[in-house]
Parts: sequence; C-alpha cells; structure tokens
Amino acid sequence: MKEIELHSQPDLLHDGEVPSDIRTEEIMLNMGPQHPSTHGVLRVVLQTDGELVLKATPYIGYLHRCAEKIAEKVTYRQFTPYTDRLDYLSAMNNNLGYALAVEKLGGIEVPPRADYLRVIFAELNRIASHLVAIGSYGLDMGAYTPLVYSFREREWIMDLFEAACGARLTCSYITIGGIREDVPEGWVQQCREFLDYFESKIADYNNLLSYNHIFVNRTANVGICPADLAVAYGLTGPCLRGSGVAWDLRKATPYCRYNEFDFDIPVGQGANGTLGDCWDRYFVRVLEMVQSVRIIRQALDKLTEGPVQTKVPRIMKLPAGVVYYEVENPRGQLGFHLVSDGGTSPYRLKIRGPSFCNLSVLPVLAPNCLLADIAALIGSIDVVMGEVDR
Amino acid sequence: MTYIPQRPPVQYKGLSLVIARLATWLGGIVIPLLLQLAWPVFIAAIVVIVAFVWVVGRFINPLLPWIVRDFIVVVGLLAFACIVAIIGIWGERKVAGRIQSRLGPMRTGVWHGWAQSLADGLKFVQKEDLIPREADGPLFRLAPYIALVPAFCAYLALPFGVGWVFRDADVSLLFVLAMLAIEVLGVIMGGWASNSKWSLYGAMREGCQLVSYEIPMGLSLLAAVAATGSVSLVQLGEAQSGGWFSWLIFRNPFLFFAFFTYYVASLASCKRSPFDLPEGESELVAGFHTEYSGFRFVMFFFAEYVAMFAVSALATIIFLGGWHSPVGGPSTPLWFLIKSTFLVWVQMWIRWTLPRIRIDQVMHACVKYLLPFTLLLFLGSSLWQLIDNPTHPVFEGFAHLLHYGLGVIGLLLLGLYFAGMVYGYWNRNRLVGQMARKHLPGA
Amino acid sequence: MTPLEIIELLKKHDADSVVVAVADGPYPHVVITAEKLVKVADFLKTEPRLRFDLLRCISAVDWPAKNSIELAYDLISTSLGHAFAFKVLLDRADPQVESVGGVWPAAQWHEREAFDLMGVTFLHHPDLRRILMPEDWPGHPLRKDYQDVAEYRGLKFKP
Repeated sequence: MKEIELHSQPDLLHDGEVPSDIRTEEIMLNMGPQHPSTHGVLRVVLQTDGELVLKATPYIGYLHRCAEKIAEKVTYRQFTPYTDRLDYLSAMNNNLGYALAVEKLGGIEVPPRADYLRVIFAELNRIASHLVAIGSYGLDMGAYTPLVYSFREREWIMDLFEAACGARLTCSYITIGGIREDVPEGWVQQCREFLDYFESKIADYNNLLSYNHIFVNRTANVGICPADLAVAYGLTGPCLRGSGVAWDLRKATPYCRYNEFDFDIPVGQGANGTLGDCWDRYFVRVLEMVQSVRIIRQALDKLTEGPVQTKVPRIMKLPAGVVYYEVENPRGQLGFHLVSDGGTSPYRLKIRGPSFCNLSVLPVLAPNCLLADIAALIGSIDVVMGEVDR
Repeated sequence: MTYIPQRPPVQYKGLSLVIARLATWLGGIVIPLLLQLAWPVFIAAIVVIVAFVWVVGRFINPLLPWIVRDFIVVVGLLAFACIVAIIGIWGERKVAGRIQSRLGPMRTGVWHGWAQSLADGLKFVQKEDLIPREADGPLFRLAPYIALVPAFCAYLALPFGVGWVFRDADVSLLFVLAMLAIEVLGVIMGGWASNSKWSLYGAMREGCQLVSYEIPMGLSLLAAVAATGSVSLVQLGEAQSGGWFSWLIFRNPFLFFAFFTYYVASLASCKRSPFDLPEGESELVAGFHTEYSGFRFVMFFFAEYVAMFAVSALATIIFLGGWHSPVGGPSTPLWFLIKSTFLVWVQMWIRWTLPRIRIDQVMHACVKYLLPFTLLLFLGSSLWQLIDNPTHPVFEGFAHLLHYGLGVIGLLLLGLYFAGMVYGYWNRNRLVGQMARKHLPGA
Repeated sequence: MTPLEIIELLKKHDADSVVVAVADGPYPHVVITAEKLVKVADFLKTEPRLRFDLLRCISAVDWPAKNSIELAYDLISTSLGHAFAFKVLLDRADPQVESVGGVWPAAQWHEREAFDLMGVTFLHHPDLRRILMPEDWPGHPLRKDYQDVAEYRGLKFKP
C-alpha cells in the first residue's frame, strides 16, 4: 500500500496525468453469429478499449451450404435455384449472372424480348434489394420507421414477381436461354403504376432518414474508405462507388442490352462529410434506385413482342472450356468462373460473391471506430451472408 | 451421438422449499379449480372485498384513520401507475403502428387490441425464472426493484390537483427529482450483475447518460423555481391559475426555452429515443436488461413507462399550468391528465421518428451545449425576476409585451399542431399509405 | 487494349514467364510459371498501359487427370476498362505458391478460401487459416477425391 501524500498546494503541473499504475483492460467482445445488426450470421470479434474498437476480426462460414460442390453434381439447369439462394435478396440478378455465364460458354443467343424483360426484372430486384439495405440500415441506427416504409414498397415489387413467376424471393425466373415464361397480361401496366408510385416515396426516405441530422451525424465521417484502398481490397458496387470511383459494369462492359439505355452512375461525393464514408455508400444506394426506375421505364417502352426463350435441352452439355462472367449485382460484381469438361454438370463453378470481397475491408476500417460505429460500418457495407459463405 | 446438455437437478431447501410447495399447490390445484368455477368465484371475491372494507371501516378506521386513508391512497396511486404503464405500452404499440402505416395490436380484446398489455403481462408472469449461472445473484434480483420502486415513489408527491396529492411537501419538486434519479442505480446494478459484456456496456452508457442529463433537467426546473420562488409543486401549479397566458412557460423567454431543454433532458433520463443507447436494440440486443426475462423484465419495462408519465407530469405542472384549464373553465385533474398524456404521446412520436444518437455525441450534447445553455436560462430567469417589478417600469412594460407575445407564439404553435393533425389525417392515404393494396389481381 | 496486345506486352516484358497464351475464345488468358507469379502480378498492376488494379477472383480448380491444381486469377482495370486473366498450374501433391497479397490486398481472403477448400498453401500470407470451414475440419472439401467425414466432434453423418 503506497502512502497517500497530501499536498497543501495543488500540483497543477502534473494535474490531469493518470498515474501509470492504474490498470485498464481491453475487452474482447463477441458480436456473435446471432446479433441484430450483423445482417445475417456474421461473427465479429472485437477488441475494445471501453467504447473504442482496436481490432475487428470477422469470422464467416456459418451459412456455408456447399453450393460450389453441389454445382459439380447437378446439371446446368438444375443449378439455377441454387443461384437464387446466394444473395437471397437479389435472386433475379444472380440468376442473370449464371445464365449469362452459361450462355457465353455455350454460345446461346437469347431473343430480344427476353433481354428487355431480364433487364426489367434485374432492376426491379435492385430496387427491392436497396430498399432492404436502406430500411435495415435505418433500423441499425435506431430509426424504426423507414424499415417498415421500405418494406411496404418492397411488397409491391414482391407482388409483381409473384404475378410473373409465382415466387416472391427465390424466383429462378431468369434461366439459361431466356426467361422461364412470359409475364401475364396487365403486368406491364402494373409495373408502370408501381414506378409512378415509387418515385415520390424516395423523397420520403430522404426526408426521414438521409438528411436527418442525427442520421448524418451517425454515419458521416465514419468508416472512411479512400478510393485506392477500396480498389485494392476488391470492393465493388455501391461500396466502391461511394468512395468516388465511377465504375459500374453496366456501363464499362455492358451486357444484356444495357448499352441501349440512358442512365447515370451515382458516385459518392463526400456531400455530408468525407468522401468514402458510410453516408456516401448509403446515399449511392438511394440514388441508384432512382436510376433503376429510369432504366425500367426505358425497357418497358422498348419491349418487343416475340418469344422469351431459346430452347435448350433439359440436360444440356456445354463445350469444354472456361469462362468468367461478372454482372453488376446490387451489392457489387457477382462473378461466375465456370469450367466445363464437356459433361452435363459444370466441372468447377467458382462463385465470386461481392459481399465476400466487400467484407474483407472490415478489419481495415474498423480500428479507431466507436462500438456504435461498427454497426454503422457493417450496415453500410451491406453484406448478405448467403453470398459470403455460399 | 448428439450432444444433449445436462442440467443439474434443482434442489430447494428450507423456506424456498415451502414457497415452491405452496406455489405448486396454488398454481397446480387451487387456481385451476377456481377457474373452473369462474362465476361463483367472481361473486365470492366481491363479497370478500366488501366484507373486508366493512371490517376496516368499522374497527380500524376509528382507531387509526390516517393509516386507512394513506393505505387507500397509496394503493390507488399504485393502481394508477400500473394502469398508466399498461395503457402506455398499448398506446406505444398503436402509435408505432400508425406511424409505420400499419395497425398495431388488433386482436386481443375485441376493440383494437386494448387487452394486449394484459395478455403480455400474463405471458410474462408464467415464464421460467432464468438467472445466468455466473450472474451476481442478490444484485441481479435486487436491480429491478430499485429501478421500479422509486419511479412509483415519485407519484407520492405529484399533485394531480389542489387536494389531489398524497403528501403535499414543501420540497415536493426536489423529492420527485430525487426519486427519479435513483433509477440509475437499478440500471447499473442490473447491467453489472448480468455478467455479460453487452449488458455492462448498456449499464455504463446508462450511468453516463442519466447522471449527466440530470443536471440540465434540474437547472431548467430551477429556472421555473426562480420565477415563482417556491419548490413546492402545488404552489408552482397554483401560480399558473389565470388561463393560458399565466402559464410559466410564457412568463419569460428563458422559461420558454427551459421547457424545451427540460423536455429533451427528460427524454434522456427516461432512456427514450433518440437517447435510447443503453437499451439500443440493434447494437446491444437489449442493453442492460438483456439477461432479464419474465417478471423481472416487466419491472424494468414498467419503470420506463411510469417514469415517462412522471417526467411528463412534472413538465405539465411546472410549465404547462398543471391542472388549470387554458380556456377558463374549472380546474380539474382531468386537464392535468390530458396535458401529461399529450406530452407522453409526443415522447412516443419522437421515438418512432428519430434515429439513435451515439454515446459520445450524447455526452457532447449534454456537456458542451445543453449544460451551458441551461445555466444561462437559470441565470436569465433569476435576473428577470430582479428587474421585472414596478421599480423598473420600462422594463416591466417590455416584459409584459414579451409575455403576451410568447403566449401568442404558443397559441400559434398549438394551432400549427392541430392544423398538421388535420392535414395529415386528410391526406393519410397519400402520406402514409397502406400495406394492403386493392388494385392487384386477386386482391 | 485487346487481349492479344496485352499478351504481347507481357511477353515483351518477360517472355520466360508465359507458358501458354490464349488470345481468342470466351476466356483470353495466359498460363504463367509459378515462380514468376508475383513479378507478373506486379507488372500487370503497375504497367501504365495495363493498370489492372482490381483483382476480381482467384479460382482454384482441381485437375486430378493432369495431376495439377490450377489457380485462375481474374483481373480488370477500373481506370482503363479492359479485363484479363492468368493461370498458374501447381503440383497436386504439394500445391504451394507465393501469395499476391502484397500486390492486391483483395487476394488475402480469396487465397484463404483456396487454402481452405482446395489445400493450396500460399507462402508469406499474413494469416493463412480456414475461412469457410471450421478451424479443425479435416481435408479440403472441393478436391475431386474428397471423402465426406463420418464424424465431426461427436456428430455422426450418414453417407
């Protein structure tokens, strides 16, 4: 026991210095696979000093369902439902990527009506996926209402999907050779009504969430990812565009007649803080929804009559070869590295999930954040564990 | 071989064995038997209560009239607080639903799910009492009581009207503030005793936040005390007996702002959004009460709603004229209830609109902005009293002008609120919309 | 730049590294030697006319018939817009290669996955451990000769 020395005069020179023998401990905190704000079964082990995060280590694999191994056993057409379940919030886009990869290797042409319908459904799914991202991001920040509003809009999109293919979420609608079946009568009119209704709602989200002072304070200047770091770590999609890099596969390497449409690429500008912070990534998603509405309108106008499918055999064989095909998913670039040996199943199908690469930047951005900022960070990266773990 | 966890068998000893046996007898035999005989039991219960009241009135009241009166009033206050919590929980869910373009509870009880809270209470009461193995037993069990009981105690000094108060103390304002402040202890104990790092985070944030925001809360109220010169809630209420323009909130501009700073600080002290970081649902699962289930959780939950009403009641009495009518009719506790309920509704409105503020921003807001501002308000209000008197006629005239100007601003704000209400209701389909759409095929 | 031009540039820089070059077809790529991997990667990233700054994917393919494991690196340039790929063939008995994490940090997680599912060891990787499977899982599941485990930590699996 040290003797306590009493000073009659306050020692102002050394006032405020903490004696070096006070013990502080770092806490190892487990944001386990079950957590309200890890967007699925993601486990992050945090080393914190009070509220300050020193180190974050993500552990994945809790949703690993061996999709790539299954691909080597089932036929090409049988694998389409598995692609639904990769990024389960944007099933149409996953279907599209897989179908395009197989069609490229097999040299299969798709009729123009199918192309336009593919674009319409892919962009509708982009809107639906971004609605979930925005709503759940608001929920992470404590705003309970935007979630319910965005899901209300999403219900209409789900109804449109259900009318077209019978499923709301895991559609398997865009198949190899085109689309499974044509849209029913009156569907185009319903789609136009939805677009007219939806555009006014985006202003609601901006008023309620995007420009809300508290929300901006929580997300601006948090998790700043500079452009070179983003590219170096393989970030794609809104995470990359939020850092200021104007890179979108729909413009750079257009597929599926995207070069016929007139739309912009929203890029983060650091409007409310620093370029590349969480708010930029979030706002890029809001702006992308506006652009998607534009694209869908143009596609609906260009819709031609005709078949929606090129006949492919049920058990099809692809010529031996390799192809790597990427599409622009709502979360980034989804890639399929398809190796065929001439058989009825893929020899090897490697799926490049955008969230897998986006998540790899988390240990780099997390240090020196506060604990509450980790939720903001993970929400702005917008991971879906289905495509991280496959 | 699948892994099945083995639970050690529970062994009761001594008093807990007696209680366990009693509970089994009651819950397993007596209560089901009574429920079989519903109507006769109901009538028998009424007979028993009437007999009890007759016995008390005949034999105990003449001896100790004060104890009977105190007992009845305290039981009545407890009942009122419970009803406030129950209606508050139901109202919160309905309000949340309507703001989110859905309906809220609709089924339990035939009309708009009014019995939802009762059903939830029944559900919680029969839940298994889980205590984490490594939790600090005595503290874990004690914490909900320390959170709930002081919130109830605050009602002991809250006047609902002149003569409608349990104990009219000279320092009732300080008593109520002190009681509301004890809740911090319960929360910190609950978070610490849960032996979970997440609960600990909630408790530590709570400790910071609540204790810091007590100061702007108290200072704003002190500004009002400076205006009337009394710390007694009844006298503070009686000082506003002249209709709308005599309300303390309009007396001087400092008090006008003091109402808003008090309201914001009271949001923080009730852990309501946007200050609900201690129970931040999306980060800490449930914060300090993560490990609590069943009736212990209900106590924390009730404590929140009881405290919400208590701070709203305080704001009503001190700033909004208490039980006095704004339009000149009789001053009844009904006006008090209406105004307090309005403030509680505004609390709920704010909760479902705004996101959560981060803890360091919460502390910054308190220490850097709210605290100096409320000090300024207190100073200003005190100085205002010094010079707002007949010896400074020019200033007094200016003060009168400001006083009535503020009253008019208040009327405008109220008018704006009602206009907004009408506009929102008129355009409710366009603004909020419905989850169900009627135009899709098959709908 | 077309794939043919890219291959010409690469050959001009270091002709020894290129084993096979495929310029036509759905997948233009080069096969390079494993020893020159990091040098070629660095060249592809830093050469001003190429500037392949985004590593899209590292795919590991098991060819037991050729007794080798093939790693395919897919690249794209966000500044110049062209795409390319290169492959490395490794000995199936002991697949080892240098990590390109120093050139593209994105490679770190892809290489962990290749290690986890295919058993390729990456030298000088900062944190080479399993990423998708549990830490103590035996075997490398995506190999063609992988046998399912019968029991893991007390849980039995029916075949």
